[in-house]
Amino acid sequence: MITGNIITDFSLLILFLPLAAFTINIIVGKRLPRQGDWVSIGAILITLVLSLSMLLNMFMNWDSDFSHEAKFTWIDLGAFKIELGFWVDNITIVMLVVVSLISSMTHIFSLEYLKGDVRYSRYYAYLGLFTFSMNGIVLANNLISLYVFWELVGVSSYLLIAHWFEKPSAAAAGKKAFLTNRVGDIGFFIGIMLMFTAIGSFNFQEVFSGVSQGLIGGSLLTLAGVGLFMGAVGKSSQFPLHIWLPDAMEGPTPVSALMHAATMVAAGVYLTVRLFPLFSSDALLIIAYVGGFTAFFAASIAITQNDIKKVLAYSTVSQLGYMILAVGVGNYIAAFFHLLTHAMFKACLFYGSGSVIHAMHHSLHELDDHKTDPQDMRNMGGFKSKMPITYWTMTIATLAISGVPFFSGFLSKDAILAGSLGFAQHYPQHFLLPVFGFGAAAITAFYMFRLIFMTFHGESKMPKVFKRIHESPRVMTFPLMLLSGLSIFIFYTLPYFNPLSDHGWFTELILAGDSVVPGNPTAHEIGEGVHHAHYTAMALSLLVAGLGIGLSYLMYIKKKLSAEAWAKKMGFMYKLSFNKYYFDENYDRFLYQPFLKLSRAVAYVDWDLYDKYFINGFGRITKWLSFLTGRIDYDGLDQSIVDGLGRSVQGFGKQLKQVQTGRLQNYMLFALVGVIIILVIQTI
Amino acid sequence: MADFTFWIVVGLTLGSAFMVVQSKNLLYSAYALLFSFIGVTGLYVFLWADFIAVVQVVVYVGGILILIIFGIMLTNKITSVNISHTSVQKGIGTLAVLGIATLLAYMVFSTPWIELANVEQEETTASIGRLLMMDYLLPFEAASLLLLGALIGATTLSRKED
Amino acid sequence: MDSLTNYLVVSVVLFSLGLFGVITRRNGVAVLMGVELILNSANLNFLAFARFGGMNMAGHVFALFVIVLAAAEAAVALAIIINIFNNFQTINVDEVSDLKQ
Repeated sequence: MITGNIITDFSLLILFLPLAAFTINIIVGKRLPRQGDWVSIGAILITLVLSLSMLLNMFMNWDSDFSHEAKFTWIDLGAFKIELGFWVDNITIVMLVVVSLISSMTHIFSLEYLKGDVRYSRYYAYLGLFTFSMNGIVLANNLISLYVFWELVGVSSYLLIAHWFEKPSAAAAGKKAFLTNRVGDIGFFIGIMLMFTAIGSFNFQEVFSGVSQGLIGGSLLTLAGVGLFMGAVGKSSQFPLHIWLPDAMEGPTPVSALMHAATMVAAGVYLTVRLFPLFSSDALLIIAYVGGFTAFFAASIAITQNDIKKVLAYSTVSQLGYMILAVGVGNYIAAFFHLLTHAMFKACLFYGSGSVIHAMHHSLHELDDHKTDPQDMRNMGGFKSKMPITYWTMTIATLAISGVPFFSGFLSKDAILAGSLGFAQHYPQHFLLPVFGFGAAAITAFYMFRLIFMTFHGESKMPKVFKRIHESPRVMTFPLMLLSGLSIFIFYTLPYFNPLSDHGWFTELILAGDSVVPGNPTAHEIGEGVHHAHYTAMALSLLVAGLGIGLSYLMYIKKKLSAEAWAKKMGFMYKLSFNKYYFDENYDRFLYQPFLKLSRAVAYVDWDLYDKYFINGFGRITKWLSFLTGRIDYDGLDQSIVDGLGRSVQGFGKQLKQVQTGRLQNYMLFALVGVIIILVIQTI
Repeated sequence: MADFTFWIVVGLTLGSAFMVVQSKNLLYSAYALLFSFIGVTGLYVFLWADFIAVVQVVVYVGGILILIIFGIMLTNKITSVNISHTSVQKGIGTLAVLGIATLLAYMVFSTPWIELANVEQEETTASIGRLLMMDYLLPFEAASLLLLGALIGATTLSRKED
Repeated sequence: MDSLTNYLVVSVVLFSLGLFGVITRRNGVAVLMGVELILNSANLNFLAFARFGGMNMAGHVFALFVIVLAAAEAAVALAIIINIFNNFQTINVDEVSDLKQ
């Protein structure tokens, strides 16, 4: 078509159609009928079709080594050359499908959720912008365009989180998300530049070959790797930059589903998956610990939260930690697998919570109650009977996230846990990693089922509100059903039907590549380790899942154990967890305030000292100089010299005119004197 | 004897001339002028210019001096006494005059005059008359014209405006 | 002593005195008197040269003309002085200075 290669053509369309939708909606959106939502939906559905056809193509070819690169030269200055383009392989295709699918679901879900919103067309425009940016990250073949789209995704996130910017908390949340991302991006950029300085190219393939040739090695490589990883820390909300994701829940729920569950935060994982070959073993160790710790720590916060979206937010942070952990221990394909399954069930969970919140909103609105929080789970209860579709779809997704067999989550989580266990078996000093992993699994099962039990089971504590709860319309339940369906194991194990084994199209088509860092274990060695620990991991994971679900059931259904009593007994721990370990407060006290103080001090030096004295001093000196010059010119030159000349002539004339006395005798005298003088001169 | 008389006459002339220019009283100046004229006449006699000497006495003393005295009388305010200074710029004047005098004297003494022999003269009157009518007729007529003009002019000038 | 230079010296002195009177005296008539002195000195010069210097009778004729002119000039001058007195009420020559700048 355009470029002659159908893969490149499709990639171009997939990339730029959402951008076209963005442009149209931003410029003329408000004037179009229905405010232009059909433009965005049309664009995203076409994108979805194109991505699915690429997926189909992948299935038909069944080539695990498939890769396609299309590039063009952007800047060529001889020694300095930057080429941009696309890199399409099986991972890319799967990721494109994920992005397009979840984005389409978000577009459809928002039809009802944001009906009558004050900035409807702009919202859809921004969704288009985000899809464009995310696809840009997925298709990038070099670090520079990746970075550009990375930033664009950050911008879209900011715009969408702060969609209802009249609410100060929403505006602040958007700002926080963007700035925290930027902190991570500093490290990211340093990493990119280190790579470029050592290897001379931004292109992935050239970077990999450069690393394998040893152009960059040792601690510098680790540093670069950690730098690149910092981008993922920021984008995927890992410790210590996890603070923005819970606050990002201020945005509309479909946005939370799209960006903060399935795609944008997954970009960090995608980055580490793409760049896995160049991480040194030290960098990978750091990655593993960051991921593992985040998984455990975020889960420990989720158990005390009462806002339904906050629970899901911390759950996302925790699951992302899982993925990062998997990359760190070397099993990065498991991380990608989990990314895929997590996208499906987490988006489903978010949509479900959106459905619940939507119902709560309507009910409270009818009751004219503006004080009750529609997102607080303590105000819910027993919704199972009123919202059956939402209930069943969310339950399926929860089963998936808890790692229960027959569901997709079990397969991917199992792979990750097996990877961590295998790693620990190989390096027994890193026993913490599987501890983090399995611990987080237990806690995840616990709090996810807590969410389900508190929302849908039991008795409602607000009967009046409960009476008016009703199921959501089709446009909202359709994504729920689709995604919950995709949370079942079978879609990932085709053409095999074993629910306990992850063997399927995924594991056959998407194979791990070797690390190009000399001295790192090969994919084969890693795979061996995983395989070794597989059955132990499976047993352990089933155990911990059961523990978590069981505890939750006892506490919230059977009420055999009291949550309040436990909270009181572990008062200090409860408080820590409930207040998110006081991270935001400490950051503010030890980072933000001192930095603001420094800024103020610098501003003081600049404004009150430098400007006032130095700059103004210059001004004053100049003014004084010009005044002086003026004086010299006016009084000195003009008055003294110019006027003086005139005055002296005048004075001279005045003196001279005294000669004209009018007296004859004086004239005679002068004549006489003149004669004398002439005579004297003549004689002499 | 002649030298002595000569110097007396010279002294009279110069002394009177000095008085003329020095006196504060105008009438005294006029009288001094008289004596000066007479002295000059004496000098003319010494120079064997008999006719001119007589003309000098008649015209100068008898005519001009009388005129001057008339002028003094007519133009003096008898009632008011306002003779503050009778002379001005005396200092510079003296210097300038002395300078001129010095220069002239220097010229007189340094020029090699060709002195011709003393020739006793007959009466000069006849020769003057003869010269007037023959060689110097034009100046004679011009002089008479001039006198006419002066006459008319003086008369016109001193007329009262009607 | 009848040498030319004597007479010339006398004439020089007379001339100087007359000049002094002209440029010094305030009264107009006094100025006129000075002028007469000057004319007399000129006459003396002429006659001296007539006797000693070879001018012969020309000198005498010249002196005659000088006397004539002196008389005419004195008359006119006095008429002017009378006029000045009538107009300015004074004949101090430094007070009739309407041409002063």
